[in-house]
Amino acid sequence: MITQTLARGVNTLVRATAVAAILFGFSFTAGAVAADGGIVAIGGSITEIVYALGEEDQLIARDTTSLFPPEALNLPDVGYIRALSPEGVLSVNPKMMLTLEGAGPPEALDVLQKSGLTIITVPENYNRSGIVEKIRIVGKALGVEEKADLLARQVEADLEAVQKDDVSHTHSKRVLFVLSLQGGKVMAAGTGTSAAGIIEMAGGENAISGVAGYKQISDEAVINAAPDVILLIDRNSNHSTDDDSVLTHAALGSTPAAKAGKVVRMNSLYLLGFGPRTAEAVRELSNAISGKAH
Amino acid sequence: MLQTLSTASHLPANRNDTRGDRSVKARLTLVGLAGLLAVTSFLSLATGASDASLLAVIQSWIAPLTGGQIELSIRDSIIIHDIRLPRMVLGILVGASLAVCGATMQGLFRNPLADPGIVGVSSGAALGAVTMIVLGSSTLAPIAAFLGVFALPLTAFAGALITTLVLYRVSTQNGKTSVATMLLAGIALGALALALTGILIFMADDQQLRDLTFWNMGSLAGATWVKILAAAPIIIVVLLTVPFLAGGLNAMTLGEATARHIGIPVQGLKACSILVVAAATGASVAVSGGIGFVGIVVPHLLRLLIGPDHRYLLPASALLGASLLLVADAIARTIVAPAELPIGIITALVGAPFFLWILLSRRGFLDL
Repeated sequence: MITQTLARGVNTLVRATAVAAILFGFSFTAGAVAADGGIVAIGGSITEIVYALGEEDQLIARDTTSLFPPEALNLPDVGYIRALSPEGVLSVNPKMMLTLEGAGPPEALDVLQKSGLTIITVPENYNRSGIVEKIRIVGKALGVEEKADLLARQVEADLEAVQKDDVSHTHSKRVLFVLSLQGGKVMAAGTGTSAAGIIEMAGGENAISGVAGYKQISDEAVINAAPDVILLIDRNSNHSTDDDSVLTHAALGSTPAAKAGKVVRMNSLYLLGFGPRTAEAVRELSNAISGKAH
Repeated sequence: MLQTLSTASHLPANRNDTRGDRSVKARLTLVGLAGLLAVTSFLSLATGASDASLLAVIQSWIAPLTGGQIELSIRDSIIIHDIRLPRMVLGILVGASLAVCGATMQGLFRNPLADPGIVGVSSGAALGAVTMIVLGSSTLAPIAAFLGVFALPLTAFAGALITTLVLYRVSTQNGKTSVATMLLAGIALGALALALTGILIFMADDQQLRDLTFWNMGSLAGATWVKILAAAPIIIVVLLTVPFLAGGLNAMTLGEATARHIGIPVQGLKACSILVVAAATGASVAVSGGIGFVGIVVPHLLRLLIGPDHRYLLPASALLGASLLLVADAIARTIVAPAELPIGIITALVGAPFFLWILLSRRGFLDL
């Protein structure tokens, strides 16, 4: 009896608050409610692999970095890989979360684990076997090991072929990857970065070898690095002005790369994702480095 | 004495004249703000990206009292008990602490711009926190392992405290603290802390950099009971201490000399205010990152409403600051659901134009 009265009271209170919430201008359940038991993919290359395996029907949500294929953009976005919102993830009613290494914050992962969600972490290694391993782990998680095995073999063979055919022309070419050029300061890729990994796979040599990670480097270091090719991220389709800012830059402009007009641009997820499209990216990059038309 | 009498002679002779006394209004406002906090707390539990039923959870709380038992889905239980409830508690603690620190600093410095951010205390706390984020896995690994989850709040607190002690030392001579020196020294210390933070940011790897970016924008998303356990004792002690400073801060508005003459232990008041502000700022910054604007907007808004009496201003700031942060957090987690925005963006995005609007519509009325 008391419970009922209390429950009724609480019910009224909840309704009153619901009205208040609507008046405040936000709703109780803003998230899309999907069928129970799908998979959330965290990390651009993870989502790409799921699509490459033809298992996109199992996907119910993605993270902000999952931008390819374009159909993936229709899925609800549960936030940036490093700043996941636990309630956001739970709101899509997933049964499993497939995440690339480095997802977080740890508090969010703890709560998600506690709620009974299966979390599978896929390691990230910036080389051929890293990609193959990713595909196999994702395939196993999705329950399509045979398909994954097929895709993994195909990707491995592609990568091998690309590296044999195209990469031989690019030996000893020094490549400088410029992440950003904000305020004229060069943020370049040092050792252990995804950019260094892809440059090496394409047969080039990373022009910056003394520093680890993405670091701002001095103009003198840029000149010392003497890159034959400058590699940039393609942020938008219209980038002619950006080319100018590279070629007229005090340090970058005086490098062999700028003098030869060798400024290469590629899409960031395509170039640095280390997923099923990497073989293609390596071919494009090595052709661009060696100057072969593609 | 004669002079005092003569300047006071134009004042109304009737001592019971209560014009300008806003204490009744202030008390009513306090009651209203307490009510508002109750509503916003409830809202904070009821809103979110998921459709978890708060009603079911509340029923499950009530049921054992009458001997009943209600089975909750694990998911609903986790969402309410481990996600929304700690966020609500943390929001109340941090919101109250930020607003009270702002009000205390403004009273102490008799300066409407004063805020823990201005005198470098926030920068010091941030330096402590960034040190732990960047070096926690290498140089400071043994300390990080020893302190566990308390590592970040404690280093932030240490950063705030060291900044405050240096600040206090620099601006105190012969037992007297110069408020002007303290403001200037605070700005210098803030710049120094920022530069040291810059060095750490340069050393940070890719992943730590992205953590720092999000941390800088502030968020209650990482709220856990453990974090609350680390920050709550400090913040609660501060919130309980601050009301005892109200009388002294009121006297300080008349000027430091006057305050001393009417028997306020000015030096002790300054020391105590600075210490509590450092403690609460350190704890808040550590658990929620950089959430701006609450410490400036809330006290000013309340001064317009209930006047500058710190006996009412301090508790009212705590209540309104808490409510404001809860509403901002509710917006942060629903507006782009299932993803969420950092709360610092919301408080500044909503707070700054609102503040400007107040300045425009009440120009000339904004004072301590």
